[in-house]
Amino acid sequence: MNKFKESSFKIITYTASLFTIIILFGIIGSLFYGGIPIFNIVSIKEFLFNPAWHPTSDPPDFGILSLIIGSFLVTLGALIISIPLGLGSAIYISEIASARMREILKPIIELLAGIPSIVYGLFGVAFLSPFLIKIFNIPNGLNLFSASIILGIMVIPIISSMSEDALSTVPKNLREASLALGANKWETIIKIVLPAARSGVLTSIILGFGRAVGETMVVLMIAGGAAQIPKGIFQPVRPMPASVAAEMGETVVGSSHFHALFGIAIVLFVITFISILITEFVVGRKMK
Amino acid sequence: MKKIVILLALLAFIAFPILARKGNKIIISGSTTVLPIAQATAEVFMDNNPEINISVRGGGSSVGIAAIMAGTVDIGNASRHAKTKELATAREKGINLYENIIANDGIAVIINPENSVNNLTMEQIKDVYTGKIQNWKEIGGPNRPIVVISRDVSSGTYEVFNKLVLKGARIKIDALMLASNNVVATIISNTPGAIGYIGLGYITDKVKALKINNVEPSKETVQNNTYQISRTLNMYTNGAPKGLVKQYIDFILSPEGQKIVEEQGFISAR
Repeated sequence: MNKFKESSFKIITYTASLFTIIILFGIIGSLFYGGIPIFNIVSIKEFLFNPAWHPTSDPPDFGILSLIIGSFLVTLGALIISIPLGLGSAIYISEIASARMREILKPIIELLAGIPSIVYGLFGVAFLSPFLIKIFNIPNGLNLFSASIILGIMVIPIISSMSEDALSTVPKNLREASLALGANKWETIIKIVLPAARSGVLTSIILGFGRAVGETMVVLMIAGGAAQIPKGIFQPVRPMPASVAAEMGETVVGSSHFHALFGIAIVLFVITFISILITEFVVGRKMK
Repeated sequence: MKKIVILLALLAFIAFPILARKGNKIIISGSTTVLPIAQATAEVFMDNNPEINISVRGGGSSVGIAAIMAGTVDIGNASRHAKTKELATAREKGINLYENIIANDGIAVIINPENSVNNLTMEQIKDVYTGKIQNWKEIGGPNRPIVVISRDVSSGTYEVFNKLVLKGARIKIDALMLASNNVVATIISNTPGAIGYIGLGYITDKVKALKINNVEPSKETVQNNTYQISRTLNMYTNGAPKGLVKQYIDFILSPEGQKIVEEQGFISAR
């Protein structure tokens, strides 16, 4: 009986994991099935490097360079904001704060991760945009800068909580040795603890990158949606997920526009896939 | 015995929806502009005729027309007329795209209430959207750069605006492309230099609707065709509607149905 239980448990868990893999491959398969036909119409090179995206014009332009650049710029902006804030709060919580303070701060930062992205989007449209117009005296509040700020806030809890985990797994004796050698707390954090937790911190940043690059609702609502290569930080951009989300519902299934949107999804998938590979590589190196 | 009962029960379970679907169900999909009208009228229609079941989905005008051609729906909603291309495909497939005009819709050009401009010509609006006019002072407003706001290029509202105002010209590349009527209205209400366009039903008191060629956008001017940026909202059927579908569309066109159309912020068909 026990043996039966054990083997059936094995089968159940095995099927569960098999199922996940099948679903994953199904998604990848349909992504490529939907996206490949666009390359019969435009070459891969033209698709990736032509900055003109006019999918419904006649004749249409299917170039996504401006969308790719839009995605990378908002992500870069988000990381510029979230790395110092996320890492800073991780260091404070893990190394400096009292146990009581830690108990208060940790859940509050994690709460940020639980806010639905539509709420961030509404916040950006209703408050951040008019606020930026007023304080910077710019004509338009939906732009690269405002999208970066909101994305950055969304990424903070990922970087903060994962870095904090990495920092707190650094063995205590390393810190004690450093302090015993006469280093002060600041030197210990910067020169001993952070380098020791390096791979965990890097992983958190890469995951934050993946989150920011794939986030849809916020960029759809706040980035402004202009398919152009921006000339400044207060210019509107159209990141890739925003384009797919805005256009997929209204396009004819099976048209070239439809396939082009799947093509964008493939590019997004490849980018996040590479970022996950890098994470695996970083974590794998730590194990050795 | 027990097995047979279970089997029969299962069969009934499977057969029931199929039988029920036959004849008693209307499936609708298409334009998100027409969606609120379809939903509101379907609700009342189903209250009046409890044996009839109407399922309404969105998807966009192109989806609605494509679904009629694929035979997956009874009514395909569209906020525009069928394109020549679509009519040709329909002919090929032996489908008669029949247009039922159920309501009128006007597109209002709106600006921030702080802006002193009240009237623009179609030509001026086109120049603003293509980037020829960059500052409000060129068209009688304050010295302030114009923030051009458009709907996404795949929305039905964009398509109509593009056809009627831009006449196919491309919108300037740094125009904001936003995803819904409501977002456009919100952004215009908090961006002093902005100009945008939305369905007449979405006008709020936080934005100012411009006169076009000195004609105010209103129910009357849309119905008597003096307001230039207007369109009809259509329900496409395969051939002239008959049976249940006819009953439903007749209901929408009845005074009671048209009252619902107006409650949803649109303009009655006649």
